[in-house]
Amino acid sequence: MAASRRRSTKALTDTAPAQAVSSEELLHYYREMLLIRRFEEKAGQLYGMGLIGGFCHLYIGQEAVVVGVQAALKDGDSVITSYRDHGHMLACGMEAKGVMAELTGRIGGYSKGKGGSMHMFSQEKNFFGGHGIVGGQVPLGTGLAFAHKYSNDGGVAAVYCGDGAINQGQVYESFNMAALWKLPVLFIIENNKYAMGTSQERASAGELHQRGAAYGIPGYQVNGMDVLEVKAAADQWVPHIRGGNGPVILEMKTYRYRGHSMSDPAKYRTKEEVEKMRSESDPIDQLKAKILSGNHADEDKLKEIDREVKAIVTESAEFAQQSPEPDPSELWTDILV
Amino acid sequence: MPIEVLMPALSPTMTEGKLAKWLKKEGDQVKSGDVLAEIETDKATMEVEAVDEGRVGKILIAEGTDNVAVNTPIAVLLEEGEDESALSKGGNAPTAAAPAAPAPAPVAEAAPAPAPTVPAAPVAAPASDEDKFMAKTVKKTVREALRDAMAEEMRRDDKVFVMGEEVAQYQGAYKVTQGLLQEFGERRVIDTPITEIGFAGLGVGAAFKGLKPVVEFMTFNFAMQAIDHIINSAAKTLYMSGGQMSNSIVFRGPNGAAARVGAQHSQCYASWYAHCPGLKVVSPWSAADAKGLLKAAIRDANPIVFLENEILYGQSFEVPEDEEFVLPIGKAKIERAGKDVTITAFSIMVGHALAAAEILAKEGIDAEVINLRTIRPLDTETIVNSVKKTNRLVSVEEGWPFAGIGSEMCALMMEQAFDYLDAPVARVAGLDVPMPYAANLEKLALPQVDHIVKAAKQACYR
Repeated sequence: MAASRRRSTKALTDTAPAQAVSSEELLHYYREMLLIRRFEEKAGQLYGMGLIGGFCHLYIGQEAVVVGVQAALKDGDSVITSYRDHGHMLACGMEAKGVMAELTGRIGGYSKGKGGSMHMFSQEKNFFGGHGIVGGQVPLGTGLAFAHKYSNDGGVAAVYCGDGAINQGQVYESFNMAALWKLPVLFIIENNKYAMGTSQERASAGELHQRGAAYGIPGYQVNGMDVLEVKAAADQWVPHIRGGNGPVILEMKTYRYRGHSMSDPAKYRTKEEVEKMRSESDPIDQLKAKILSGNHADEDKLKEIDREVKAIVTESAEFAQQSPEPDPSELWTDILV
Repeated sequence: MPIEVLMPALSPTMTEGKLAKWLKKEGDQVKSGDVLAEIETDKATMEVEAVDEGRVGKILIAEGTDNVAVNTPIAVLLEEGEDESALSKGGNAPTAAAPAAPAPAPVAEAAPAPAPTVPAAPVAAPASDEDKFMAKTVKKTVREALRDAMAEEMRRDDKVFVMGEEVAQYQGAYKVTQGLLQEFGERRVIDTPITEIGFAGLGVGAAFKGLKPVVEFMTFNFAMQAIDHIINSAAKTLYMSGGQMSNSIVFRGPNGAAARVGAQHSQCYASWYAHCPGLKVVSPWSAADAKGLLKAAIRDANPIVFLENEILYGQSFEVPEDEEFVLPIGKAKIERAGKDVTITAFSIMVGHALAAAEILAKEGIDAEVINLRTIRPLDTETIVNSVKKTNRLVSVEEGWPFAGIGSEMCALMMEQAFDYLDAPVARVAGLDVPMPYAANLEKLALPQVDHIVKAAKQACYR
């Protein structure tokens, strides 16, 4: 027990006193999280209007995870995730217009409309997808880390997976190789408590952050609803990883407000449970309160950010409807180089 | 009675080996379990232990002798009380004295086909762009040709690296990567754990970032563990990314039946992978094919499935010396020109098809043999043009017939050569059963030369 306690959030905050975060940074996180929130709400709306088809997995509620981790990464670091990926793309600096137009299946989308919600990429922003097979991104991301090490470019790979993916065998094949070869990879488990409709308790034995213990991979649990705690944890471990000390696992305790995908009625949890998380633990509300109580900005400044974000999202939705569908000739392009 | 010690078969595909070294000399006493000799097989150097006790009466095969066939007597042991005069009486039944190592006799006989005699210069192959390279050649095994291809491309491009099970320190489970670790070091020649989906996915991820991995599967049977990454991650990402995210990666290893290794280790995956857009599927026959095509595959910007054959690894062919000998992917080779019937084949079946063509020639049927080399994209032009000339097609493959490469040939003929056909297309394929272990059943399950002869004669109404 002692060992596992040492790897808890509490111990982490003991050893890593939160560094002073500037007002500018706080406002940046606020803006990033709000952009994801508003973007996803708009995507949900467009889905309801029939403008977005197929699967659409919204990130609402989990914004602090990707924004906090991204704050600890540097240019040139790589990011890869699963199919709940819109937030990661926005956090990597990909344009809202291109993401939304991909959701509507238009030529202006990041994949020219050929990938969809689950499959977008940006070489420029070092974002490597967007993968639809649960757990598949974990060995791929380990390969990104392998390439960083092989090329000796000082880069780190941030590899996200959910509490569902963590039970896939290939995740452990990846943990083994990453630890064996001391690859520069941060594994982030976004534990939103439900793998589709199956709660973590019903699917996973043991503690998720300890899943790398047999490989000697340090693992910590982090309050994923607080962007500052996420950032502090990432700040502590990313330099360790970059320094050639091998992988680290961070389990982010988070929550998604919406269903698994748009067609999920979410009958497996109570409305009260969702409401309690929303009202007591919302990452954006929490940060907003800190900004105001710490006098980092006033209401007017936050409203200005709200307006700015709203404008970006509105513009992206308009672009996503105006951009034409891909020409039929696109059917036959990009199959081989 | 003196006991004969026989040359043992030490691997499923071994038909002969080198008697590298004797560790006992004539007159030495031998107890069971003593190491008698070292033998180099097609895969490794192995020690041979004595089964019987006695005194080495005579060494029949001197150390350093190459190409000693399995089951050749290599020494004679004298039992207690016997002296050299007993030697003249000859040995007893060989099975009683066979060394402890794996079963000797059946292996050589059970090889799917008698090692096809490889025509040194294919009969009447038409002129091609390759001819200029064939002016200066050296004899190499398929195994050496594959290794040379990797080594040359690794020298040429630091982004190329090799990973897989036993590729480095062990020198390759089938010795294909022999010497690569010594030349390129452990940064670029990487032993992986037994973790196929893990290292296949890792390879694709590395390729997303611009590296050029050569991922070896010990056999393609094990790649079924990894097929999700080969198809979903490697083949589809370029399309899903609207052309942004390519991955230049080669998945290579032996495919199809070896010899007597049973159902889980004896499957041809040509049709599986050929089914999928976004992949190129290559399957060489000769050492020259292996070298020229593997170099092309490594240089190619796309994911490539490169299907080798374990039985071919030890076969020798002429290979161009020029390092710029690189064969085009997507182009078949007419190995033997003919006018009466077209036979298409790939990998080990090309040898069978050429052997069948020789037999057919004696019966007055002039067969054209096409070595497909690439399964996807299929060189339909060469096949259709050939059928326009011969009006008959026999498709040969080792894999199962249902939805196989032969089925695709039938569709191709219907769509592009229907008016030229004078006979139904004939398919020669492996039988529609899991591969049996028994030597006789395995032979029955695999296409043999006489099956091809029969199919070609039927197509010619003979």
